[in-house]
Amino acid sequence: MLILAIDTSAVASAALVSDDTPESLVGSFATEDTRSHAEVLAPGIEELLAETGLTGADVDALVTGVGPGPFTGLRSGIVTARTLAFVWGKPLYGVMSLDAIALEVAESTDAAPEFIVATDARRKEVYWARYALAAGQLPQLVDGPHVGFAADLPELPVYGAGAGLYADVVNAVPEFSTSQPEALSLGQFALARLAAGEQLLESTPLYLRESDAQVPGPRKRAL
Amino acid sequence: MTHSQPGGPLVLGIESSCDETGVGIVRGTQLLTNTVSSSMEEHVRFGGVIPEIASRAHLDAFVPTLREALAEAGVTLADIDAIAVTSGPGLAGALMVGVCAAKALAVATGKPLYAINHLVAHVGVGLLETDDGGRPASAALPENLGALLVSGGHTEILRVRNITGDVELLGSTIDDAAGEAYDKVARLLGLGYPGGPAIDKLARTGNAKAIRFPRGLSQPKYMGTAEEPGPHRYDWSFSGLKTAVARCVEQFEARGEEVPVADIAAAFQEAVVDIITSKAVLACRENGITELLLGGGVAANSRLRQLTEQRCTAAGIRLTVPPLALCTDNGAMVAALGAQLVMAGVAPSGIGFAPDSSLPVTTVSV
Ligand SMILES: [Zn+2]
Repeated sequence: MLILAIDTSAVASAALVSDDTPESLVGSFATEDTRSHAEVLAPGIEELLAETGLTGADVDALVTGVGPGPFTGLRSGIVTARTLAFVWGKPLYGVMSLDAIALEVAESTDAAPEFIVATDARRKEVYWARYALAAGQLPQLVDGPHVGFAADLPELPVYGAGAGLYADVVNAVPEFSTSQPEALSLGQFALARLAAGEQLLESTPLYLRESDAQVPGPRKRAL
Repeated sequence: MTHSQPGGPLVLGIESSCDETGVGIVRGTQLLTNTVSSSMEEHVRFGGVIPEIASRAHLDAFVPTLREALAEAGVTLADIDAIAVTSGPGLAGALMVGVCAAKALAVATGKPLYAINHLVAHVGVGLLETDDGGRPASAALPENLGALLVSGGHTEILRVRNITGDVELLGSTIDDAAGEAYDKVARLLGLGYPGGPAIDKLARTGNAKAIRFPRGLSQPKYMGTAEEPGPHRYDWSFSGLKTAVARCVEQFEARGEEVPVADIAAAFQEAVVDIITSKAVLACRENGITELLLGGGVAANSRLRQLTEQRCTAAGIRLTVPPLALCTDNGAMVAALGAQLVMAGVAPSGIGFAPDSSLPVTTVSV
């Protein structure tokens, strides 16, 4: 099974993953910055297909990170995935973006049995979720995702760029202090879950915050 | 590129610069479909367009709108010769959704993509043939063409020498768009959102001469003369007008009198329409413009149409107003301009461009 995975919850990234390939990796790209998704995502995907000599017809399914992440960036990946899936006539699944980091934690040597993944939510807050780990299994989401202040996180080791930003108030794991959700891990996670017969999400974004719009109150009348 | 079909290139246009998700398909100058999904209802309780709400709605509306447009036009994506998308000006987060969708469409289909200017697209729509019994279609835009665009997001007077490459901004609002002023004043008067239709309707029962509101930027220091134009000869300002309406309402309330809402609506509308049309016609006369196209959602306003027609006729200017569904933001206008670019042999934009919320009108395509 060949999956095209896309995530723009933090950086812009895309990956082709397949269960026929060692480590599942067929090809991938990721940007460093978190603000140029609209420019770089489509060219990145086009290049990825060209480099691997694959086309939409070869792809069996698409997977998009559904956040949480800054809204505008997050939408750029989801609308890209939805449009590609529509044109190619392929199924589209959603995966919670923090799962990508959780899988990398699970595969690392110093994984804690219970841990937090956190990314930057801007406005001095983090997006976070709590995971449990059992030997030989995929990380299990036990709480979240949420958005809130880093200082209010449960007292567990925290992985991800959200921990690195607030290392003064959380138990940040240094090796992961700049980690962002990326499509490669997201796609690998999706492959593993599908292989285990587990369900994935729909492509509905997890905004976690309202639009900030205020319903105007009644106008004050002059006396 | 080749477009073998008779009648010109088949172009799909995508619009998402404000609160309308639009997908239009044209063949040359022939309109095949104009499919629009609006999030207007979701903004009503806020009294204005909330960018984040509009962006969320674009994300969910895009694929269904695309599917519907293809079905209505009876074409497949394989038939399409080119894709066009609004890349600016507009709300940044809203533009992003349409631009990313258009790029994905280009990647998935291999079709060329044109990133185009929303304002110029409002003019391009005037080239579409219409079957509403109106003005017969013209194969090319007339010479000496101007465009007056009035909507909730913009108020501009343009000179269009060549729609695919030579468009000049003669004047624009320096603060609120006219439609925005309508929304704010409608709120002051308790008339709800959107303000344009509400004020237009109520104004018909009011006396426009009961109160006189200021005409922004009409003083000599802003206007200058034709030989020595002032700094804002063809520009508009509506924020002072809004303040004047607020003060007027307060004065009636302070005196314990009933607020003459219909008279205020009529006088406000007269102030807006008077200054828009007088400056637009002045700009036309002084720039040799003899053909004027009226576009944007406020083209629906009965008084604006009436006074523009009247003043254009008096000045010997021929006025064209496209059907209303093509005046408000839509994908067909994007497709119409896209088709012009294809026919003029303009190179596509590729897929590496960024949306630009303040794209200048001189940039017809990126
Ligand atoms: Zn517009």
